[in-house]
This record gives sequence, C-alpha cells and structure tokens, in this order.
Amino acid sequence: MSSAPQPTEVDRPTMEVDIVCAGFGPATGGFLTTLTRAWSENPADPAFESKVAPGLPLQVMCYERADDLAAGVSGVVTRAQGIRASFPTLDPAEIPMAAAVEEERVFYLLDPIGASKRPLTLRTADSFLGLGKMRWAKDYAFELPWTPAFLHKHGGLILSIGQFNQWVGSQLMAGGMAQIWPGTPVSGPIFEGNNGKGKRTVFGLRLADQGVDRHGIPADGYMPGMDVRARLTVVGDGPVGAVGQKLDEQFGLPVGHARREWALGMKMVIELPEDSELEPGTVWHTFGFPEPEIFGFLYVHPERLVSVGIFVPSWLGNPQRTAYRYLQHYIQHPLLWRHLQHGTMRSWGAKSLEESGKRGEPFLSGDGFARIGEGSGSTNMLTGSGVDEAWTTGVQLGEAVLELLRADKPFTQENLAATYEARRRASWVEHGAREAENARNGFHGGFVRGLVGMALAGLTGGRLALPAKIPPAPKQIRRFATFIAGGLTVQQAAKVALDCGRPLHDALMSARGWPEIAFDGRLLVTHQDALLMGGKVQAVPGFADHVVFLDRQRCIACQEKTCIAMCSGQALTLGDEGAPEFEREKCVHCGACLWNCAQSPDGERGNIEFVAGSGGLHSAEN
Amino acid sequence: MSNALHIVVCAGIVPDPLQTLEPTTGPNGPGIKNEMVLPAVLDPWAASALYEAANLAAKCPGSPQSPSKIWLVSLAPKAKLQQVMMSVAQKVSFELVPVDGPIGGFPDAQATAAVLADAIAAIPGLEHERMLLFGGWESATRGAGVTLELVGERLGIADQFQGVDQIELREDGSFEVLERVEGGKHQVSVCAGAPAVLGWATGNLAEPRNNPQVGMANMRSIMPALQKAKTAALEANGLRYVSVSLPKQQRETRVEKNMSEEEIAREIVEWIGAE
Repeated sequence: MSSAPQPTEVDRPTMEVDIVCAGFGPATGGFLTTLTRAWSENPADPAFESKVAPGLPLQVMCYERADDLAAGVSGVVTRAQGIRASFPTLDPAEIPMAAAVEEERVFYLLDPIGASKRPLTLRTADSFLGLGKMRWAKDYAFELPWTPAFLHKHGGLILSIGQFNQWVGSQLMAGGMAQIWPGTPVSGPIFEGNNGKGKRTVFGLRLADQGVDRHGIPADGYMPGMDVRARLTVVGDGPVGAVGQKLDEQFGLPVGHARREWALGMKMVIELPEDSELEPGTVWHTFGFPEPEIFGFLYVHPERLVSVGIFVPSWLGNPQRTAYRYLQHYIQHPLLWRHLQHGTMRSWGAKSLEESGKRGEPFLSGDGFARIGEGSGSTNMLTGSGVDEAWTTGVQLGEAVLELLRADKPFTQENLAATYEARRRASWVEHGAREAENARNGFHGGFVRGLVGMALAGLTGGRLALPAKIPPAPKQIRRFATFIAGGLTVQQAAKVALDCGRPLHDALMSARGWPEIAFDGRLLVTHQDALLMGGKVQAVPGFADHVVFLDRQRCIACQEKTCIAMCSGQALTLGDEGAPEFEREKCVHCGACLWNCAQSPDGERGNIEFVAGSGGLHSAEN
Repeated sequence: MSNALHIVVCAGIVPDPLQTLEPTTGPNGPGIKNEMVLPAVLDPWAASALYEAANLAAKCPGSPQSPSKIWLVSLAPKAKLQQVMMSVAQKVSFELVPVDGPIGGFPDAQATAAVLADAIAAIPGLEHERMLLFGGWESATRGAGVTLELVGERLGIADQFQGVDQIELREDGSFEVLERVEGGKHQVSVCAGAPAVLGWATGNLAEPRNNPQVGMANMRSIMPALQKAKTAALEANGLRYVSVSLPKQQRETRVEKNMSEEEIAREIVEWIGAE
C-alpha cells in the first residue's frame, strides 16, 4: 500500500513571522487588503509592531502554489457586495476583463442531439416545448420568463479571477507589509504537542520539500521545506488545499458536517468574432444540456472575450463523466454556437467546487489558526456564489485580527471565535449559507426533484426544503456493472474503446450517441491541444507527485475508473497493469480526482490523496 | 585588489512565451494583443544570464570587504515587475535596479539601451573595471538582438561576446568564453578580463529551486528599490515598423495506435521536411 509522501525528520530551515497565510485567492485577498489598509492608514499604531522583528511592522507572509498570482481559474459573476464594500469607488475598468452586470437571462436547453439521459418528466416537457418550437423555443432553448430573485446578480460584476487576483495582489505588495510568494506549495500545518483537551492548535506552515523524486524521496538538490512559524496561520487554500485537508484529518469536522457534494467547473475563455452581438455585462445561466444535471454559463467580458463553461456535479451518477467532452458539446448548442462558432479559444481551465456549503463547514478557528474562503464552507449553493462570500470571510477575519491586535490579545480559539466567528455568524454570508443549506437536497433524488427543491428553498428563504440523505462522494458514482452505457456491457464498452484507440469514457460517449467533435483547430481542439493552447500547464521539477493512489490493488480492481474520465488535464491515464498512472506535468490542480473515485477505503473518502504540489495552470485570462 | 566580480544583468519582462501571443497594431505601433492581461515572466534568455551570474559569483565570492555582487537592471512597468520579482527573487541573490517604464510591444533598442545604460552608470558602488555586463543573447518575445551591445557601447565596454554558453574564470582575472557558432559548435575566446559584455544563450545550468530564505533576503532591498524606482520615458526616435509577424505555427493532432515508434518518427521527420 502506497501513501502520500511523509515529511522526513530532517534539519529543516525555520523562519518566524507574525502571520502566515496558505493560498492566495479572493479570501486571502480580502484578509490582507483589510489588514494592510489599516496599517497604511496608521503605520505608527503599536498594534502593528512585529513580535518577531521588534521595531518593524508585522511580518506577514502568504504562500501560493501556483506559479503566478494571476494563475487562477475562474470567470465569475458575483453580486460583489463584499468586494464593493472594500472598494466603494471601484471602477470595473480598472480590472482587466471586468464588466458590470447589464443583463441576466436563464435558459432551459433542449437536447438537439438526443444523446443526453433525460427523465420522463423532462422528455414530456421537451416534447411540449418542441411541438411549439416556433413559439416557445428558439435555438433549442427556452428562456425563463421570470427568474427568482435569489439567482439575480443585479449591480454585480463579471470578473476574471486571474485578473482580479493580480489586481488585488499588486496593490497589496505595493503596500509593503504583506509578501505574497507564488510557486511555493505548502505541505501542511505545523501541529505540535497537545494544548489541552478539545484544543485545536496550529503553529504555522511547512512548505513542500524540493529536490525529491516523484514519491517524495530526497534526490539531487534536496531542499527540505521550510517551517514558517507564526502566531496566526490563515488557511485560505481552497477546497482541495493540502493545509485545509490536513486540518480536517487532525481535528475532524463539526458533528453532522461532511464534505460530500462537489462539482467540477470547466470553462473556456473565447475571443468572439468581430461581428459578435454579445454585449459586455451579459450573463446567461443555462440548464438541461448536455445532461440535465449539468448547469452552464456564459459571461461576456469587455473586448469581445467571453467565459463559457459547465458544472459537472458529483450527483451526476454516470461513472463515465467527462467534463471536457461535455464542454465541447455544450458550446455547440445552437443557442451558444450562434455566437461562438467563429471564435477562438484563448484560455481554458477547470476547478473543483466544494458544494456542501454550510454542511461542509469545518472548525473555523482554533489556537493559532483561522479558516476563510471556499475551504471554510462559505460558498452559497442556492445563489451559486462563492467569490464574494470568500472575499467577505477574509475581510471578517481581517477585522477580527485588527481588533485582537489593538487589544493585544493572543490568537486563541476563544478570541478568534469571539471576533472572527462572531462577525461571520452575524453577517449576510452566514444568513445566505443557512438559506442554502438544504437547497440542493432534491438533486440526489433526480433532476426535476432537485429543481423543485431549489425553488422551494429559494422562495421560502430556506425555511422549506426537501429532505435528503447525502451519500459520500464515492457512493454517488454508480457502479459500472449496473450502469450500461448505450446498451453496452462492460466488456462491450471496453472493446469499443480498444477498437478506436481512445479513452473508455470518450468512446462511451460516442457509443451513447454523442457525435464526434469536428476539430477546427481554433475552438474545437483535442483535450491535449487545450492544455497547450488554453491551459499552459506547468510543473516545476523537483517536487513529489501530488496525486497519490492509496491502495494500488483497489485501483486495479476498479471498473469505473472515474478518476481518469474526469481528469481535467488527462493527467490520469490507464497504465499497463490496469491502474491509473499520474503525469504531474499535465495536471491543472483541479482536484477532481479527489472526489471522482468510486473506491473508498473507509466508506467516506476516495482511494486518492491530493497533497501539496507545484505548478498547474499558468493562464492569467481565466 | 580582490577578484570580486561586479555583475550587472540586464533583464526585461515579457509575456510568458507559453501563452497564445498574437501581434497587433495599436496607436503606438506593433504590439502583442492583450499584453497587459498575459502573465509576465523574466525573459527566459536573460534569466539564464542571471542564473549564470549567480553561479559565477558563487565560484568567485571575493572577500568580506569586497564581495562579488549581482545587480539586476530591468526596465518595466513597476507593478508587473514587482509581481515577477516575487518568483525570481526566490531563486538567486541580487539587488534590483528597477526603472519604471512603459515597456510593451516592440520598443526602440536605442532608446531602451540609453535608459538602461544611464541606470547602470548610476549604480552606487559599481566599479567599471570589475563589471561583467550580462543579458540575454535573444529575447523570447521581442528581441531586437542589439540592445545589450548598445548598452555596452554606451558604457564604453569594447569586449563583447554573444551566444555565450560558458565562461571559465582564470586566476589572473582573464576568462575563457564559449560562443555559439554555426553547426552546433562553439568559438573559444580568451578575454583579458572585465569589463566585458556577455550575451547569454541558454548556458548549462538548471533553473534554481525556489528558496524562501533567498526570497526574504532579496526582498529587503527589492521592495524599497521598487518604491523608489525612477520613471523613464522611451524616446520614439522616429522608428517605424513595416510589419511584425509571429513564426508560423501549425498543430496537427491525431491518434495512432498501430504505428511503431520508428514509423511515427519517420513521418514527423517528413512532416518537418515538408515545411
């Protein structure tokens, strides 16, 4: 049985700072903006004097795995309530690719191909809409005449998270207090001793070892990861971050909480043709195609750029789920293709979304640490909004830290609970999270039931919702033995794949009736070309593999191998012995393998560990 | 006099060459589409020069009273340069000499060289007779191919070497240089000593690992230097570009499961030969 590389007992370099942060995204951006702005307004305030370097300002370090602050992966539409509160005079023109939301539309997409798996109720509705096509539906799409308020983003912003992070990061570093170091993965928190019964204690972060082989064994140029010790560790490394995962392993989750609902967001940034009629600020939400369970979006940025993507949820039971192929079919839906057809892919990327929301919330603080952002369960699954919530939790922690610094109080579990958690509980983030807590329950009982459940929760402010028992992510994947695709048995399906020399999931989609993709070399390209054209994947040598298979025999025995089908970068392929093989150089760090594994050693998590790693997407246009 | 080296590395920042780069013509002439949106990196050729400089300084550290030193001189928009420095500063030790300039597109080499030479001449403590002026022989995205030579000329440095892959220092202060020539061969030259200009090819060193301690040490001087960076405008000099184009790129992908490696290799060679 193999396992994730364990830090060896070596003489590690150590550094003392005041505050250390793991991950630089919107949450950490909000935290550091709040902290450094207060310092710049009154640098003589003794509250800001460093305890590790007396006479100097607070020593604040932030370590980010990606090679650049701008290498984020997301195009978002957000109400920007929290972001605008931090930047009251914000002009979207200051941030490349940002636009104010001007128009929002919601479409139900019919299936023009006939390959998607639609329940009877949906097929009936489709027939009705199809019969009245000329009147009700245009371009195989039915626009909802009314959309509930909880879906609206009026007054909000369309953002490229890559550009937004870069914009925020530049201002932060120009301030001089915070240092944000890209290309520096963090292997985990530093735990030491036991601070008493029930105490959760962290003393800083340990950076990932360099100069190791793919299994983490020291090799040429071995450089042990530094221990960065701090009186406060801020954890904002997202839903698949190594630090957050290790905290959950060490402390568990609060009673009744679990992280079982996920989605993979995959998108392209497309340059529209010159005669495009789509105006900046246009927002489209879609559902119904390519599968009923897959939601989609189109956000129009300035300068003829558009973000188009889909969300493939964990509750899509199909074990042969493959986001890239689905995305290619999605952009060719007549409603979108009319606008995208002569466009050019400029960028592409994918990211796991932690969709348990409030139900997946971990312990938000302990002695010496606090958690913010998506990894802290802040995403609102009813409104489909996470960036603004993440930013706001960072601001709340920033305000709490300022309060504690000014009162000269330590960053204990009690003090952080009384300041940070109290702010969060009293805020719109918490209010929204509670409304959304059960909003998606219905999807575990079918797509139509899911829509009804969402509407029920949304229209009653979360007071009413459908009940559900959410199974662990591995159990949401249907067994291949009971899942026959296109009328094929497992053996027949394998033969189809072998005969056409392609991955099984790809062959199965064709077998199910999905047409072959007619590559045009500009927008419709092979998955591998997307890595080169749109993803710009990088992997710095000298780091260990960050995808680790816990029990190889389980992988060999696994028939579903959903990890391969859902791997956003085709970094997981089928090896000679029937086990998945991992190529670090292709990984975009989406983290999909973490929850797309049907083989669970303990009934809860999958057979794959996703640990600290270097590299990933290097595209600022995401 | 100790054998301390004063190495000045001229290095610009460029859009990451892995990105989709597309020429465009704007009000200021030819440029790269969406350049400010693309992630920037230290020009890879100049980055090689920086790593070679660090290697050389490590071999020839000088004395405690007169240590070898490396300055990195860069003309770039300050905010972008600051961002790039957060990666570069973790690799090797240097002092940054930033010039806040509106670089982008294809600036005039003469004007760029004038700004860089002035910045170098103003470096406190830099001794001309110890100076090795390093830079990239080429640029990943906008190489004029002459900027480094022009900087050397303006600083009065006559000994210049281009396409350098290796330098060997000798006890007497002279050094041997390998310069790339045609046919995959090197020309061997011996120079009496500094000052000299070396435009680096790729060299032979791997990219150093990110070292947080090196980064922290560098930042003590980099951040103040960035805050004090002088602004420089590039003179237009009446330069006019007739055309700008990218090297032709062609991508053809197909899946082959029955061809042998030899057959695949032969077909690729034929494909390349047909271009």
